[in-house]
Amino acid sequence: MSEIPQDLKYTKTHEWVRLNDDGTVTVGITDHAQDQMGDMVYVEVPEAGRTLQAGEACAVVESVKSASDVYAPVSGETVEGNAALADHPEQVNQEPYGAGWLLRIRPAAGAALDHLMDAAGYGAFLADEEH
Amino acid sequence: MGRHTALHSRHLDAGARMVDFGGWDMPLHYGSQIEEHHRVRRDAGMFDVSHMAVLDLDGEGTRALLRRLLANDVARLSTPGKALYSCMLNEHGGVIDDLIVYFLGDGRYRMVVNAATRDKDRAWIERQASGFDTTVRERTDTAMIAVQGPQARARVLPLLPAALRESAGALAPFHGVGAGDWFVARTGYTGEDGFEVILPADAAPAFWDALRAAGVTPCGLGARDTLRLEAGLNLYGADMDESTTPLESGLAWTVAWDPPERAFIGRAALEAQRGTDHARLVGLVLQGKGVLRNHQKVRVGGVAAGEVTSGGFAPTLGRAVALARLAQTGDGSCEVEIRGKLVPARVVKPPFVRHGRPCVAAE
Repeated sequence: MSEIPQDLKYTKTHEWVRLNDDGTVTVGITDHAQDQMGDMVYVEVPEAGRTLQAGEACAVVESVKSASDVYAPVSGETVEGNAALADHPEQVNQEPYGAGWLLRIRPAAGAALDHLMDAAGYGAFLADEEH
Repeated sequence: MGRHTALHSRHLDAGARMVDFGGWDMPLHYGSQIEEHHRVRRDAGMFDVSHMAVLDLDGEGTRALLRRLLANDVARLSTPGKALYSCMLNEHGGVIDDLIVYFLGDGRYRMVVNAATRDKDRAWIERQASGFDTTVRERTDTAMIAVQGPQARARVLPLLPAALRESAGALAPFHGVGAGDWFVARTGYTGEDGFEVILPADAAPAFWDALRAAGVTPCGLGARDTLRLEAGLNLYGADMDESTTPLESGLAWTVAWDPPERAFIGRAALEAQRGTDHARLVGLVLQGKGVLRNHQKVRVGGVAAGEVTSGGFAPTLGRAVALARLAQTGDGSCEVEIRGKLVPARVVKPPFVRHGRPCVAAE
């Protein structure tokens, strides 16, 4: 079973979202997503300052098997992308909820977060997807 | 649910991620595809390749049949045990399959063909075999394990039946030897030294266990694909198929033109194409960022020139490489369309890696 931390929010496209104290959100892909993709070999993250619309493709993760878009879970501005992944894409496999984070976003004023699932919701969503 | 090899439960026990391959349930990896890849380059890894089909041909007319059926010439096989890589072509010169054929002795040959093409191959062979004194028997009672890497032979030899140890240890590359129901060949699909062992299916699990105990790492189809790509070895269905000829697939070296009177199937089509400005299969090394993938478009001098036939990340090189079929290669530089962007790449002659070492310059 893949790991689904209780303190994060989730999307149906397998991103996780951490609500930080400073009002920004950190985004990555879930343990389930990295496990399905296999060993990562290339990660592309957005530049700081790039404006994102919710649902927009904002990063790319490529494994030995395939390339996948990562979608912005919320509208806002990119605060930073995880530059360390350029040389160490395997961190997405090893620590999907830690060192393997992809980008940090400052949500636009009034940006909606209530469409995101909690851990239980995402767990149920995964169970559904497998059947 | 797909067909199972004799090693299916071993794969599940080892935590393999299973995938469908040509109708078979096969291991993609056992945890980390890249780690498995490195183990083969640096030490020894093993692959369950029991899904591939073993066809035994027997009879006075077999040699004549194979000289008509295959673009390479089995007349080159004079000593028993010698292997030959060949394409089997249709009348248009298109590749029905690529295969290895072993000469076992007078009138006896063993062919190993791809899993996904086995039924098509058998039907084609049986159709062509009418009028020749030969019988074709598909071995459904065997398993096949490829053990590859610089330490592969040393790990395998002590575990072979006693009758085979000495003769297998003395095998030259691309030769095989049999004893009883076992057959060992110094062949492979990784660019490393090693053996491919064909053995009775019911003996396969114990042999697999013994190899594991001897430190040989189980490897899945994922690593098999990146290893063969680095080695510049074609994959049937990706790099060539019935719509492409060996000349367009980097396999001209496998076509035996001499003697000119040998009328192998597809010869006329190849003769017509030979010497023309046809498309060619080349190697690409990506210079910019990203990963080369099958079917990406390639431009040479700003003009559409062809596409990637198989591409991926090469773990030994730490960058993306590909085989690509191009109408023209220009000055050796090209651009590949990756996710809407044109990324520079270099045209090279495969292989990319051989015996653990890069064959292409880093830049």
